[in-house]
Amino acid sequence: MLSFDGLVAVCVFYVAGLFAVAFLAEKRAAEGKARWLSSPITYTLSLSIYTTAWTFYGAVGSAARSGLEYLTIYLGPTLIFIGWFWILRKMVRIGRAQRVTSIADMISSRYGKSGPLAALVTVLMVIGATPYIALQLQSVALSFAVFAEPGPRASLNSDVIAVWVAGGLALFTIVFGTRSLDMNERHPGLVSAIAVEAIVKLLALLAVGIFVVWGLGDGAGDILARIEASPMSGWSSNGARWVGLTMLSGAAILCLPRMFQVLVVENSDERHLATASWAFPLYMLLISLFVLPIAVVGLELMPEGSNPDLFVLTLPLTLGQDGLALLALLGGFSAATSMVIVAALALSTMVSNHIIMPIWLSATRHENPMSGDMRQVALFARRLSILGIMALGLIYFRLSGGSEALAAMGLIAFLGVAQVLPALLGGIFWRGATKAGAATGIAVGFAIWAWVLLLPNAHVSGWLQEALNEGFLGLAWLRPASPLGIDGTDPLLTAMVLSLGLNVVFFILVSLLTFPSPLERLQGAQFVNVYDHTEMPLGWKGSTGTADDLLIMARRVLGAGPAARLFQTAARAQGRETGLPEPKPDFIEHLERELAGSVGAATAHAMVGQITGGANVSVKDLLAVADETAQIMEYSNKLEAKSAELVQTAARLREANQKLTELSVQKDAFLSQISHELRTPMTSIRAFSEILMQDGAVDEEALARFSRIIHDESRRLTRLLDDLLDLSVLEDGRVTLNETNALLSEVLDRSIDATSALQDSARLTIHRNPETEQVALVTDVDRLSQVFINLISNAQKYCEAEPPELSITVLHLPGRVEVEFADNGAGIPVGQRAVIFEKFARLETGRAAQGAGLGLAISREIMLRLGGGLAYVPGQTGTAFRVRLPSMALRGAS
Amino acid sequence: MISRGTRRRLFLERRTYRRNRLQDAARLVPVFGALLFFGPVIILTSQSTAGAETSVWAVYFFTVWAGLIVLSAVLSRALSRIADGENEEKTQPASKSGPSAGGR
Repeated sequence: MLSFDGLVAVCVFYVAGLFAVAFLAEKRAAEGKARWLSSPITYTLSLSIYTTAWTFYGAVGSAARSGLEYLTIYLGPTLIFIGWFWILRKMVRIGRAQRVTSIADMISSRYGKSGPLAALVTVLMVIGATPYIALQLQSVALSFAVFAEPGPRASLNSDVIAVWVAGGLALFTIVFGTRSLDMNERHPGLVSAIAVEAIVKLLALLAVGIFVVWGLGDGAGDILARIEASPMSGWSSNGARWVGLTMLSGAAILCLPRMFQVLVVENSDERHLATASWAFPLYMLLISLFVLPIAVVGLELMPEGSNPDLFVLTLPLTLGQDGLALLALLGGFSAATSMVIVAALALSTMVSNHIIMPIWLSATRHENPMSGDMRQVALFARRLSILGIMALGLIYFRLSGGSEALAAMGLIAFLGVAQVLPALLGGIFWRGATKAGAATGIAVGFAIWAWVLLLPNAHVSGWLQEALNEGFLGLAWLRPASPLGIDGTDPLLTAMVLSLGLNVVFFILVSLLTFPSPLERLQGAQFVNVYDHTEMPLGWKGSTGTADDLLIMARRVLGAGPAARLFQTAARAQGRETGLPEPKPDFIEHLERELAGSVGAATAHAMVGQITGGANVSVKDLLAVADETAQIMEYSNKLEAKSAELVQTAARLREANQKLTELSVQKDAFLSQISHELRTPMTSIRAFSEILMQDGAVDEEALARFSRIIHDESRRLTRLLDDLLDLSVLEDGRVTLNETNALLSEVLDRSIDATSALQDSARLTIHRNPETEQVALVTDVDRLSQVFINLISNAQKYCEAEPPELSITVLHLPGRVEVEFADNGAGIPVGQRAVIFEKFARLETGRAAQGAGLGLAISREIMLRLGGGLAYVPGQTGTAFRVRLPSMALRGAS
Repeated sequence: MISRGTRRRLFLERRTYRRNRLQDAARLVPVFGALLFFGPVIILTSQSTAGAETSVWAVYFFTVWAGLIVLSAVLSRALSRIADGENEEKTQPASKSGPSAGGR
């Protein structure tokens, strides 16, 4: 028989071994060498903290009392894990994207980073976990007492053991759980120690099981036969309890703070979840495989009245298998300690982040918010929380007197923590869930659970016990034994349906009736659509906080080195080689997230908000973040751009079409004009030549007249064709200019001389000022005079004044010289000014037209070719044209 | 003649389709499991208080349990393989698998 001192020595040695493993793992992790630490196997093993001492010892007791019901505790989590694609994957993704530090942080973060909600969840979790921790301490104390019984220290108070265990666990948790405020909130040392413990407890249970089945029994068939022969052969569970407990345990594994810690917070790679999805159910299957055989054989072999909760330990011990018993003890010890360590760590994170830090922050609000080292405060708060939680567990253990009633607390605690499930699932799947809804649902469910289930099982006394017996305020329907008058046979099931049911109802109803704040909506979109945008959210409006303040605050939380590195990186990302980064929204968002990794989202948000002065989210940011909105906007922008493009193209096409139509009309008009112009002289030539062909019908005088008409008409034809040819050459730009030196006065003289031969020349009086005409030109003189001739002859032909006068004025303007031809006629009507330079444009005047209407068109083409211009001058009494002489031509001018 | 690019895309689309169906299957496993875990209990234990023999039930539950684990393992391995294959296809690895995905 192992002595008690030897036993303690083994346990101390075992704990020392765990410390060594943890230290080694931390060291390796710090060096970046611990690959096995971030393997899916380690992750799966760390999840095994689900199987606590309650299940290690208690499952056998449960099986002995109520048969297969113990399986529900594992079947629920199995369903959740093999269904990882539904919930777990999303939770882990959100946890990583939002840098969530605990279940309370997750819920508060989803509902607008609400501090009060986080505090509510924290309180609920602490209340739910305290009996559970007490249960672990009790199991360790009981198991030690089993060994102590026959020895000299039989009188050893189990309380002393519990105190020692609690102290040791607190120390371990403080050393490896709060060594630093890790920005990722991961604890490699702790996780590796837990993984080792997971192996130990599995091996212990398997060893006892194998010993029972193949050592005591005669293989699996024999054990099955023994089960049929035992009192537990008939299974009397009902379907409702079976389904209810399975669902409850499934809910618990999602909500238990310690499970959240290892599942989400300590997760280093999302792919590990894929492995854990089958490996963890396998672990649970192995753990529960031998529970039934141990219970059956225990019932057979152990004396009447022995505690079935301790069969795992007492069975080998009674049969003289000391080594096996020691292994079983270590297994139970492992199960208890790993649960307590992680639970204490998870709860302390929550308590310090959501209760102590906010209080400290508001207490020191009036002091300089930048003073002091937040880091030390946060670490101190965590350590204090760990001690406090251990103390709570210990106190509960002592108050309840280590009674067997504690065993019932496991499922009660499950239901307590499951109250956050509606808010949790609603938060990640339903964007309409609001903070008010979540808080109401949790509070209602929590209150019902506490009143109907927790208090009646907590051994209270005084007026409270009276109220429990008589109903609150003496109201019978508020009696926990029959809440709402429902006299359920199964208090747990009744409480479960009532608390979770009303929780869900209130959660949904209040969510539907309330309106979420912008931040809630922002976070809601981030959570529900986490797969769509695992990128950074845009949460911040332009801020007024200065980078200095932010740096000082970050130093307090992250430590000087990491904070400086963070700011340097950010500054460099903004393109600044030295100095601090600008407090742009994306930087502040990033900073807040880094801080959230250490102190939780709500606190980080409040702290940054203290400096930047506001947590407002602008509508624009919301739109940018709400991914679908952004996508729709982008799509509609694209559509808009495309339709604008289409409109432009259509307009261009329409323009081109119009131009083509106009050109076609012009071409038709031109052709008809030409044929008309050619036809008129041709007709008269043909008519008169036919007359001439008739012999004797024509006398000498008529002959001469007719011949002259024919001659004139053919000249007109020739001139027309010449003009057309000329115009076409000019328009095509094929004209060759023959530049010579000349004086403007000479060109004008020549032009007037040429027109004086014409019919109407005698009537027109021309006014000139020879002094201003002394301008030296280098240009194609023939072409220029052609223009002048045209203008002068137009005046001769169309000026209707009596007597007609034309004044030719040379204007010396800065940088250019213009020649104005103005007559004293009626001028050109406004409506026709636009067409005078068009081909075949002849004005509707009283006078018979003689030209083909190409003169002005040709003149303008010539002036363009020469480098000058020709324009009609409006606003004169008569018709006035102005010829701008080409500037290149004005060589040697005054 | 199909160009190389077209063939590649078709291949990928087919794989995406396969992946989506695998995800459907992974989502359905727990539903299937719940039916097997709950169905017989609800049907049989409601008939009589005695129910069936505990040993028979135990064999049934452990068999179903083991079957679900195997099914889940096969599915999750297939899903991981496809995800890894897709990561290799891309020039840059998918962001979901980096240990430092939280901060940027």
